[in-house]
Amino acid sequence: MNTLVPLSFFLIVSTIMFFVGIWGFIIRRNLITILMSVELILNAVNLNFVVFNRILFPGHFQGMFFSLFIVAIAAAEASVAIAIIINIYRRFSTIEVDNVSEMKN
Amino acid sequence: MNIYSLSPLVLLIPVIMFLFIGLLGMRFKPVVSGILGSLGLGIVFILSLLIAYQYFFIDGLTDGIYQPIIAANYQWLQFTDTLIISMGVLLDPISVMMLIVISTVSLMVHIYSIGYMHGEKGFERFFAFLSLFSFSMLGLVLATNIFQMYIFWELVGVSSFLLIGFYYQKPSAVAASKKAFIVTRFADLGFLAGILILSYINGTFDFLTLTSPEGIEITKHSGLTFLGFSAATWAMMLIFMGGAGKSAMFPLHIWLPDAMEGPTPVSALIHAATMVVAGVYLVARMFPVYYFTNPNTLNAIAYIGGFTSLFAAVIACTQYDIKRILAFSTLSQIGYMILALGVSGYGGEHGLGYMSSMFHLFTHAMFKALLFLGAGAIIHAVHSNVMNEMGGLRKYLPVTHLTFLIACITIAGVPGFSAFFSKDEILTAAFHHDKILFYVELFVAGLTAFYMFRLYFVVFWGEDRHYHHKPHEAPLTMSIPLIFLAIASVLAGYIHFGNFVSSDRMPFHSEIQWNIASQSIIVGVIGIVIAFLLYRKVNNVPDHLVKALGGFHKTVFHKFYIDEIYLFVTKKIIFNYISRPVAWFDRHIVDGTMNGIAWITEYTSYRIKGFQSGQLQQYALVFVSGAVFLALIFLYYFFG
Repeated sequence: MNTLVPLSFFLIVSTIMFFVGIWGFIIRRNLITILMSVELILNAVNLNFVVFNRILFPGHFQGMFFSLFIVAIAAAEASVAIAIIINIYRRFSTIEVDNVSEMKN
Repeated sequence: MNIYSLSPLVLLIPVIMFLFIGLLGMRFKPVVSGILGSLGLGIVFILSLLIAYQYFFIDGLTDGIYQPIIAANYQWLQFTDTLIISMGVLLDPISVMMLIVISTVSLMVHIYSIGYMHGEKGFERFFAFLSLFSFSMLGLVLATNIFQMYIFWELVGVSSFLLIGFYYQKPSAVAASKKAFIVTRFADLGFLAGILILSYINGTFDFLTLTSPEGIEITKHSGLTFLGFSAATWAMMLIFMGGAGKSAMFPLHIWLPDAMEGPTPVSALIHAATMVVAGVYLVARMFPVYYFTNPNTLNAIAYIGGFTSLFAAVIACTQYDIKRILAFSTLSQIGYMILALGVSGYGGEHGLGYMSSMFHLFTHAMFKALLFLGAGAIIHAVHSNVMNEMGGLRKYLPVTHLTFLIACITIAGVPGFSAFFSKDEILTAAFHHDKILFYVELFVAGLTAFYMFRLYFVVFWGEDRHYHHKPHEAPLTMSIPLIFLAIASVLAGYIHFGNFVSSDRMPFHSEIQWNIASQSIIVGVIGIVIAFLLYRKVNNVPDHLVKALGGFHKTVFHKFYIDEIYLFVTKKIIFNYISRPVAWFDRHIVDGTMNGIAWITEYTSYRIKGFQSGQLQQYALVFVSGAVFLALIFLYYFFG
């Protein structure tokens, strides 16, 4: 792999991804978008795992495998979340979080 | 098998009966409760007789004295090595004597109540309470230590409260029960304080240790003083205050006349024969301590007793309610007993007062229970308490008439009947101690004869009144106890009490002092003759007398306005100047602090409850902001 790209470049990308995810999670009202934001956060973490594994411990694979696990779990999580979202849509005919407030009060 | 080991049964049977009748009595016919209660007491009665027989005649004297026996003792609470509250059975001459008195009168009252309370609402409740009372009273007299006595003392107070207020729909009964409870509770406060002082000095509650010479030495030389009196004097006076409350000594006597609101058998059992003599028993139980710590305490006790007996006898002459007359008569007779204890010395012949007090307690229990039960039979027949609505009843109630006459003769002190012997011993003891008290008591003896025969003549002689229906003799269940108690009233005097009960448990022989007895006989006969002349036939002399005495009679009739004074002191002074400020402090300062804390908590939580929005995104924002903030702090510290 080309080692000319310095570590900080990867970290800058992952940091941006992470905060974009946080930002989206906090301000978005659409459940699908919130789910996408969560995926962004997870993938920012994945990127960090892979890069640190590659640079700090070349020849080891723990970081890589961890990323694979996270990808698998993210897939499972996405399927569950989408199932919930579909149910919410059936119930309320909307997926805006502000409107789903039946448990309140 | 040793009969003493069965002595706890004396306590257990009534309490089991109380629980059984109280919990399950409603499921049976009412009469079942009555029979069960009477059966239980019958067993207790037989056991008591057996115990007394064993104690006095089989075991008898050891080293010349009746040894006290701890028949059972269960340790309950241990505070220190010696300060132990235990529950047990102490047998010594006075407790065995009381055992006989209580079980006899209680059994008679149980049997009598089956007839008297027949058809009343709450029949089984009545018998449950009677059993509770018997249990508590027996526990009181058999107590091995002063704290056990105190516990049963309060239980007795509760059962008295419950039974006075038996007719709870009647406002006067409710008021009377409250009055009795509050007055005696107030006195018991002194009793408790006295127990605490005494046990603080001695480090024990145990009667035998407290009254032993060593225990008295410790009490005497405690060295603590307060307001010029030694701690021992305080303790003994406070303990006597408890006794005075229960025994209705002046000025704590106000509850007893009102307590007559209860059913008549209750008055006979509790407010004549047993509970009201608890104070006498208490002083007798602690007698060596009283005698050796401060003789002035005993003097004060003697004067309180003497004053009460005079005071009550004077009031009794003016009352019209037959039960109230008997109540004041009870007060007067208890005054005699207290006085006898007060004038008593210690040991042998000097302990004549002690012996005569116990003797009078014994005979009084029999004839006063008989008087009350007789009064109950009269009330049962004519449905009234008021003497002026009765007259000529001797034709209708022959058995009641005869037994009531025997009781009146007995209490008047006619020779040959029991109270003659016991009263003579008391007068002798008073004569050797204090002449003033002797003459007061002699005068009271005359008054007693007068007011009892006034009652007797008005009720049984005089003219027939208009009755709702023809008065009928009481049923057999009521007349048998009357006859039994009448026999007991006559024969009880022939027991040589000095052979059994004495201040140092050592028997001594006492004889009738005819020079004193003759005076009391003369005074008694004068009383009877005056009553005969005034009340044998209906005439207007008593009314003229009342008019002539005018204000004095009115004052006496209103019991010297003691009740009014009490009401004035409590309602006008204590309520206004003590209770109200205390209530204000409680409402505004104590409650205010608590309310303020609650208000601050509520206000704060109201303000911050908006944070709990349920919006996950908002939480996430706070969480992330916090995390970033912490991260910045870390960066600043480690890299800044």
